[in-house]
Amino acid sequence: MVSPVCSKQIGVLHKRFKQLSHNEETLRRDHFNEIDDLAFNPIRAQIIEAFFDRRNFHQNGEGKVQEIGFEEFVVVMSHFRPPSAHMTEEQRGKTRREKLRFLFNMHDTDNDGIITLEEYRHVVEELLSRSGTLEKETAKCIADAAMLEVASISVGHMEPDEFYEGITFEHFLKLLERFEIESRMIIRFLNMDTTTLCK
Amino acid sequence: LSATTCAGSGCLPVFLEGSVFTVAVASSDQHSPITAHSGSHKATDHGSHNNTGKAFPVLDLNYENVRVPFEISLWVLLASLMKLGFHLVPHLSNIVPESCLLIVVGLLVGGIIRGTGETVPPVLDSKLFFYILLPPIILDAGYFLPIRPFMENLGTILIFAVVGTLWNAFFVGGLLYGVCQIGTESSSILSRIGLLQCLLFGSIISAVDPVAVLAVFEEIHINELLHILVFGESLLNDAVTVVLYHLFEEFSGIGSVTLLKGFLGVISFFVVALGGVLVGVLYGILAAFTSRFTSHTRVIEPLFVFLYSYMAYLSAEIFHLSGIMALIACGAVMRPYVEANISHKSHTTIKYFLKMWSSVSETLIFIFLGVATVAGPHDWNWTFVTVTVILCLVARVIGVVGLTFIINKFRIVKLTTKDQFIIAYGGLRGAIAFSLGFLLNKEHFPEREIFLTAIITVIFFTVFVQGMTIKPLVELLAVKKKQEAKRSINEEIHTQFLDHLLTGIEDICGHYGHHHWKDKLNRFNKKYVKKCLIAGERSKEPQLIAFYHKMEMKQAIQLVESGGGIKMPSAVPSTVSMQNIQPRPSTKPAPERAIPQLSKNKEEEIRKILRTNLQRTRQRLRSYNRHTLVADPYEDGLSDLFLKKQKMFQIEKKLKEMNTYLTVPAPPPDSPTMCRARLASDPQAYSIKPASNKVPMIQVDLASPQSPDSVNLLDEFGQANQQEEEEQGLMMKPPSRPREAKKPSEEDEAKDQQRLMRCLSDPGPSADEDEDGAFLP
Repeated sequence: MVSPVCSKQIGVLHKRFKQLSHNEETLRRDHFNEIDDLAFNPIRAQIIEAFFDRRNFHQNGEGKVQEIGFEEFVVVMSHFRPPSAHMTEEQRGKTRREKLRFLFNMHDTDNDGIITLEEYRHVVEELLSRSGTLEKETAKCIADAAMLEVASISVGHMEPDEFYEGITFEHFLKLLERFEIESRMIIRFLNMDTTTLCK
Repeated sequence: LSATTCAGSGCLPVFLEGSVFTVAVASSDQHSPITAHSGSHKATDHGSHNNTGKAFPVLDLNYENVRVPFEISLWVLLASLMKLGFHLVPHLSNIVPESCLLIVVGLLVGGIIRGTGETVPPVLDSKLFFYILLPPIILDAGYFLPIRPFMENLGTILIFAVVGTLWNAFFVGGLLYGVCQIGTESSSILSRIGLLQCLLFGSIISAVDPVAVLAVFEEIHINELLHILVFGESLLNDAVTVVLYHLFEEFSGIGSVTLLKGFLGVISFFVVALGGVLVGVLYGILAAFTSRFTSHTRVIEPLFVFLYSYMAYLSAEIFHLSGIMALIACGAVMRPYVEANISHKSHTTIKYFLKMWSSVSETLIFIFLGVATVAGPHDWNWTFVTVTVILCLVARVIGVVGLTFIINKFRIVKLTTKDQFIIAYGGLRGAIAFSLGFLLNKEHFPEREIFLTAIITVIFFTVFVQGMTIKPLVELLAVKKKQEAKRSINEEIHTQFLDHLLTGIEDICGHYGHHHWKDKLNRFNKKYVKKCLIAGERSKEPQLIAFYHKMEMKQAIQLVESGGGIKMPSAVPSTVSMQNIQPRPSTKPAPERAIPQLSKNKEEEIRKILRTNLQRTRQRLRSYNRHTLVADPYEDGLSDLFLKKQKMFQIEKKLKEMNTYLTVPAPPPDSPTMCRARLASDPQAYSIKPASNKVPMIQVDLASPQSPDSVNLLDEFGQANQQEEEEQGLMMKPPSRPREAKKPSEEDEAKDQQRLMRCLSDPGPSADEDEDGAFLP
């Protein structure tokens, strides 16, 4: 379950939803494509896909949808909610898992629960895609080096003949545990009113 | 040795390592070289001109010419030797911070000078301090300022620096005035100190000193957030200090304050701060632009960095702008561009020169503080001094707590009580306060000596008491320490990813938050500024690639330094190597290569089939092959896992090594090496189709030469071949297996398998290709 969003913020989001969808009931991918500012974003496609990915709507969803309603829009947005002021360690851990799960889903495009080398390469290539020079070779090297690092951290010791499948969610958690994602992956806009937190 | 007074030039005692050595400086008559000297010190006289039979002066003594540089060098040498000495004494540097020890040394030196009856030289001359000693430290701090945490916490830092310092100044100054007026008799000297003087004193004493903070915080390795908060505050409060100082100095001179002047004071604060930053940015851009053209004269690259920065500092000082902020801005602005332009050696040079200068400067400053304590005219006033110390502490604590309460409303990562304590406790005063006090004009400020004494006491208190106890307190409170691990490439990737993600979400929300503006700034930077300031191709290099290259470079250097080990060094010591993910990545830009676009399901099917077939073979071979009897991992039941992984490993790896095989020479026949080599060197097996990107191909090879475990397979087959030649079933099974796994378009695998089986005989294409049926429809 994702954390609840305050009613005032829902109001603002609703207005935006209506604006994006031209007052229709649902949002489709081409509505997102109309946002001009997104055009410069190198991982634009993945961000848009994340909105239509059922895995981000609720715990056991799978697959993609073609259009989303306001409820799903809010659910996806709530992944970027900042942590509330007084959180227990457990709640913090839960929030971190949710946010990292969102990121993981963005990388794991074929939904098999593992980020393979190929998928990771794709991530790095996309990141570098808008930088002018399409250095596919270096992107591969970077992704390979990153994968090696993940394997080193997660598995530690491997025989020369063993093979590292890919990054599972647990490995992903371990990899980014120092990343403090619960305080970095937030949009302040959703934090307009911290003093009156809704339950 | 007695000191002889000489005309014209004064004598100066010079110290060498605790021994007192007085040199008599000869008078100007010394220029006549005809006088014979015999190594003893005596004054020359005119009468020596008419010496007959005197020798040519083989040894001459002329100290006067080199006096100034000689003394300077001696001081610097003393400072450096002291620094050395501290670390040689065991345990000393753990208990007492360096700054304390240096002040003690200064006290000793000053004491010695005074003990010989000489006047202590005014070493902490304000000009020397502000123009020579302070800039290297600030430049070092500014150039290596961690931009990201600094910018993220800029609001907090500014509030502490501006509001905090103002609060401190007025609180201390005001209350001190009150105490002076009320607490003492009207005839004492204290009651004559005016409000403005007190406020001036308050503004001098309230500024947190960057030198002291650096010196103490360096040793306690506190976490990045607290470090940047206290340190950033100490840097940015310079503007406030400058403005307040000049303001109150002006007012004290005039004697009256009007509202207009107060208002102008506020405006001047903005001018000083923003003007300083502007000057710094200008010089930074100039430096970056200059470095663009230095590709042919690499040797003077560091010089440009230092010169432009120093010019920025001096230019800001011309207009009474904040020199410190100019220096910080210059260093921070020029760094990304300069580092992209200059050579690696220049980068190292800059780093080491800055560290060296700032280290020496810091040492000298503390020693001079000690000397100045002995020297300076003192006027000890118990009331004033104790009240000052107490008020400083109280003001700091109240200020930090109050401001944090307000700041936490706006922060995501709140500052805890522990953090607040460290911030309050880390507010050290230092040499800047002393120099500012020293600058005071004696005429306008008859109470200058009282001020100086109080300032020195506060400095001593903060550096000794707070400096010494902060380390155990940090341990006691279990404050988070600095994380030692280096930045990994995964974190870098995800930092970038997160930046773009958050910018995208902000755009979708329609909210122009600070990610949006940061992204806009980055794009502007990339599009226009980088092209201007960075030479050549580097201007287009994205940050991730730059980071990766830096990391590669570091690893390469590590590799060489560790003796050229075979394993590629990794950030986390482990035995995972590239092999486990895929083979050594080739760094040559390869031509179009076949990239397997196999979906997961199909891979699974392939694996399953390979596994079952190979297992069947294994079971048969087990008893026949001495290799398997010796060390067969399959026996443990790990066969599935092993095989699956191995297959994937080979599939991935094979494609990379295609080019390298062409140059492998032919080994002697009939050896396993030969088999491998033959496979390797046969060009036919690895034809690279130029348009192969469009056609998904997969080439399966049972054993490829690079994997060490392929020996087992190959040997087994080889053995099996030699031993079980009549078992046609055995021979046929392996080729059929991979053939089934092939995609229809590729015929070469069959050839490989044939070759593998025969191993030696005929590397040519076989006629079995017609058996290649489409395995996967």
